[in-house]
Amino acid sequence: MHLLVINWAMFTEKLVLIILVVSGSLVIAMYSTYAERKVAAIIQDRRGPNRAGPFGILQPLADGLKLFFKEEIIPKFSSKFLFILGPSIAMLTAIMIGAVIPWGNKFHIFNRDVPLQIADVNIGILYIFGIVSLGVYGIMIGGWASNNKFSLLGAMRAASQIISYELAMGITLIALLMLTGTLSLKTMVGQQMDHLWNIFKQPLGFLIFLICAFAETNRTPFDLAEAENELIGGYHSEYSSMKLGFYLFAEYVNMFLSSAVMVTLFFGGYDIPFINDVTFIDKIGTNWMAVFQGFIFFMKILCFLFLFMWVRWTIPRFRYDQLMNLGWKVLLPLALFNMLVTGAIILLHQNHWHF
Amino acid sequence: MTTTQILFWLLSALAIVGAIGVISCKNPIYGVLWLIIVFFAISGHYVLMNAQFLAIVNIIVYAGAIMVLFTFVVMFINLNEHPEIPKNIYVKAAGIIAGLCLLIVLVAALSRASENNTQLRIDTGVGLIKNLGRTLFNDYVVPFEISSVLFLSAMVGAVIIGKKEKQQTV
Repeated sequence: MHLLVINWAMFTEKLVLIILVVSGSLVIAMYSTYAERKVAAIIQDRRGPNRAGPFGILQPLADGLKLFFKEEIIPKFSSKFLFILGPSIAMLTAIMIGAVIPWGNKFHIFNRDVPLQIADVNIGILYIFGIVSLGVYGIMIGGWASNNKFSLLGAMRAASQIISYELAMGITLIALLMLTGTLSLKTMVGQQMDHLWNIFKQPLGFLIFLICAFAETNRTPFDLAEAENELIGGYHSEYSSMKLGFYLFAEYVNMFLSSAVMVTLFFGGYDIPFINDVTFIDKIGTNWMAVFQGFIFFMKILCFLFLFMWVRWTIPRFRYDQLMNLGWKVLLPLALFNMLVTGAIILLHQNHWHF
Repeated sequence: MTTTQILFWLLSALAIVGAIGVISCKNPIYGVLWLIIVFFAISGHYVLMNAQFLAIVNIIVYAGAIMVLFTFVVMFINLNEHPEIPKNIYVKAAGIIAGLCLLIVLVAALSRASENNTQLRIDTGVGLIKNLGRTLFNDYVVPFEISSVLFLSAMVGAVIIGKKEKQQTV
């Protein structure tokens, strides 16, 4: 009788991949904080962090160390368990998105094909959608457990904002799914490698998705949950030390992974533009191809990360009613319109352009 | 025991513990959180039956949307200070009777089901989204459309209720 049958080769392969993806997203999130400060400095004509190491490149380490050594304060009347659970959930849900993203095609090591994706589940997009909808719990639980009116208000704002923008995001995804006919992210990337990128087929959908991604990650101009001139610090007012660090960090991990999702869905994922993949693989081999694909994927993600930062230091924060108007009265009808038009065109196409 | 069976018993235990947690804890926030754990355990069961679509939709709709609204309301009305426990004996008796009725119905249904219990196999792919879509749109199109009309009417009703309140306050 087998108690547990484990394919050890696959187990190690997935374990290594998980460690790589998690640590990779954390390191990139760490350096996003540095990049954000540098981008802000360039936009505001300052120098930015330049003390720790050459060009201030050790600044994230210094920040992290500072957060670790700060005193941990748990407010007296807060629920201690939930107070700690909040940032943990925020971090957990942020990292979990990385599980279904294809980072490259495959490696060929020890006579095994190792796909560069932790889990190619056949519900890829829905999985991401589910995790995103759970992300709001981290903020809500943290804000409520702080037992602070401002924290609670911030948490409520975050929750209503994320729920509102999830709708438009979901409907945009429906249009995309009608086009691709699959939920698996890997298959989508494969289609985009063979044909056009989805951005050319769904420009409006991409725009809506981008705006919703900004709202879901609580980035400016949608960072009402932590509007410091209205709510002190929003949902993390009462947090200190590394628990605060987790919240701030989760935002950057979210930013990185939502950029990865957008690249995968609309910009061809790890597809290398202007290059015939088959002849290129013959020239440099599968492994180098995978490395190169991963590199291209990261370049695309970095462009999006820059966009996130650029917007943050350019566009001021929305007012709350403007936020809700945009979500419900502009984005939702636009997304519905996009879905209808996409559906009509697909139907016409299947009918060979006869009405 | 196979891996599937171990997972099945673990998830069942988790679901039952979560359900007991929902009704036994005094703070409603904890109750909501226990309920979310129950939903996750049920989603795990769906995955075991190879119904990934149902599993993830369960998480998106129930854990991700409905429970967020529950938490939202519970946090706003702030029930945590003095939870009201109904002390009326009739309410308790009604609750017990209703619960027992549900139990009888469930036991009756389950005892029937065990006769023709066909084990779902992994390779049949019954719950995969492709087969589910085919079944929904080929065999059950009319119920599907009717339920969507029902949803639409519910949405319209919600909008009307919201608007009426607004007119009264203004």
